[in-house]
Amino acid sequence: MFDGISIQLLMGQLLIGLINGSFYAMLSMGLAIIFGLMHVVNFAHGAQYMLGAFIAWLLLNTLGINYWGALFIAPVVVAAFGIVMERLVLKPIHHLDHLYGLLATYAVTLIIEGLIRQQYGSSGLPYSSPIPGGVNLGFMFLPWYRLWVVLFSFAMCLGTWYLIEHTRLGSYLRAANENPEIVESFGINVPRMITLTYAFGVGLAGLSGVLAAPIYQVSPSMGSSLMIVIFAVVVIGGMGSIMGAILTGYLLGVVEGLTKVFYPEAANLVIFVIMILALILRPQGLFSKKEGA
Amino acid sequence: MSSEPTRAPLLQVENLNAWYAESQALHGMSFEVPEGELVTLIGRNGAGKSTTLRSIMGIVRKRKGSIRFKGEELIGRQTYEIARRGIAYCPEERAIFASLSVRENLGLPPVLSAGGSTDEELLEQFPNLKARQNSMGTMLSGGEQQMLAIARILRTGSRFLLLDEPSEGLAPVVVKEIGQQILRLKERGYTILLVEQNLKFAQMVADRHVVVEHGQVVDVLAADQLQANMGRVKTYLGV
Ligand SMILES: Nc1ncnc2c1ncn2[C@@H]1O[C@H](COP(=O)(O)OP(=O)(O)OP(=O)(O)O)[C@@H](O)[C@H]1O
Ligand SMILES: [Mg+2]
Repeated sequence: MFDGISIQLLMGQLLIGLINGSFYAMLSMGLAIIFGLMHVVNFAHGAQYMLGAFIAWLLLNTLGINYWGALFIAPVVVAAFGIVMERLVLKPIHHLDHLYGLLATYAVTLIIEGLIRQQYGSSGLPYSSPIPGGVNLGFMFLPWYRLWVVLFSFAMCLGTWYLIEHTRLGSYLRAANENPEIVESFGINVPRMITLTYAFGVGLAGLSGVLAAPIYQVSPSMGSSLMIVIFAVVVIGGMGSIMGAILTGYLLGVVEGLTKVFYPEAANLVIFVIMILALILRPQGLFSKKEGA
Repeated sequence: MSSEPTRAPLLQVENLNAWYAESQALHGMSFEVPEGELVTLIGRNGAGKSTTLRSIMGIVRKRKGSIRFKGEELIGRQTYEIARRGIAYCPEERAIFASLSVRENLGLPPVLSAGGSTDEELLEQFPNLKARQNSMGTMLSGGEQQMLAIARILRTGSRFLLLDEPSEGLAPVVVKEIGQQILRLKERGYTILLVEQNLKFAQMVADRHVVVEHGQVVDVLAADQLQANMGRVKTYLGV
């Protein structure tokens, strides 16, 4: 291989890149779904992801409900929170400029993070892996849990993409992205569809949070640090494109990992450099079907 | 010059006012659509014809007065609730979904009540669409898009159709074809409220004409009265 670069290091960073990419993909997909229908940039996505992780931690430490229970319960709780939030915060300002949606979701982010920080402090809380151990591949050690995260999130992305692009329910969503009034004039309850779509996107963020808990530390700021990258992913992939968000998520995770191997100094910057290049060269997003921005 | 409808009205619009934000577009519209009839709304550009259809559908939300369908008040209802009571709407801009195939566009409206056409029946009835069913919606010609826009609302089972200028921007042969399709719908018992600026087209299909100007009804003419009043109607239309 390259001088001084071991295959262990390369494969190790590739795996980390794939793990990070899984989270980028899941989160930016949810963001893209919400943006497509509501034109709201859901700034609270990171806080909702953090909420998922926190609920998993709370379930374990107060009720003794384990990871597998949390994997089901936490997204549902976060989605329910999303329903309340859509009804109370987003719906009343739906007719205003969509910038208000961004500001409102940012406000909710600050409130959630503030409350959790006040209650549990800002240091990370540990959450032990539900599948300890792993397999030695010879050139590297692969923890089972990381394998699970990569496979499960890949399945979630694929499933969501299929649901939206290849089912009748998905065709309602795609049509409503284009022209909600006409879809509603067909007798489809579009206001409810908006609420449920928001809840679904937010539930995905909560699910990602549960997946993340055993890998990263559970802390109030775990979402906001990730969100900066997620926004870059969504900008690069194209704001409303589901497949674009998924592919860009994985791609950037891997690129970031590889940069750590070949040019570690740039690892934290590479995504933003790509974002700037993408904005200059293809402002509508790499995977957007629309021409122009 | 107005004539009294003989059958019970399916739709009764009374003193309808409608606004876009602060600007008022309808100023006390009143007219009726009897069951089984084809009624046109004619009038010049900006008269308020499309706004009338959008107000009935609840897409224009800010409205006052009364819109009764089968005796039930529609003002205050949401668009999807109005649709579920048996009204189907085909907009002026056709609104074919670009991200959906022809087949998906056709299959999009849900079946709301029994008596709608199946996708297969619709493809038989509109043969141009059959050949193009796997194309994306916007790859169709203007005429094909109009056929698709009409065809898909027949899926729901709704028996009252609001059609906004189906002849607009189409070649004469295509206009004729669409006219025949609309006549066939009428024969099958659909009640239709049709917005039209093409007088020849309106004459070919309608039982009654409602003339709209400045957001008000200024005249109602039975089909057989149109010819005798052509001079006046043409002044209304500014042609
Ligand atoms: N979205 C809108 N926002 C503000 N004003 C509107 C809007 N749509 C229509 N109007 C105004 O309302 C009035 C009635 O318009 P409407 O579209 O109902 O006319 P129309 O009779 O359908 O005309 P046309 O034959 O050109 O389609 C016009 O003065 C128009 O400028
Ligand atoms: Mg019009």
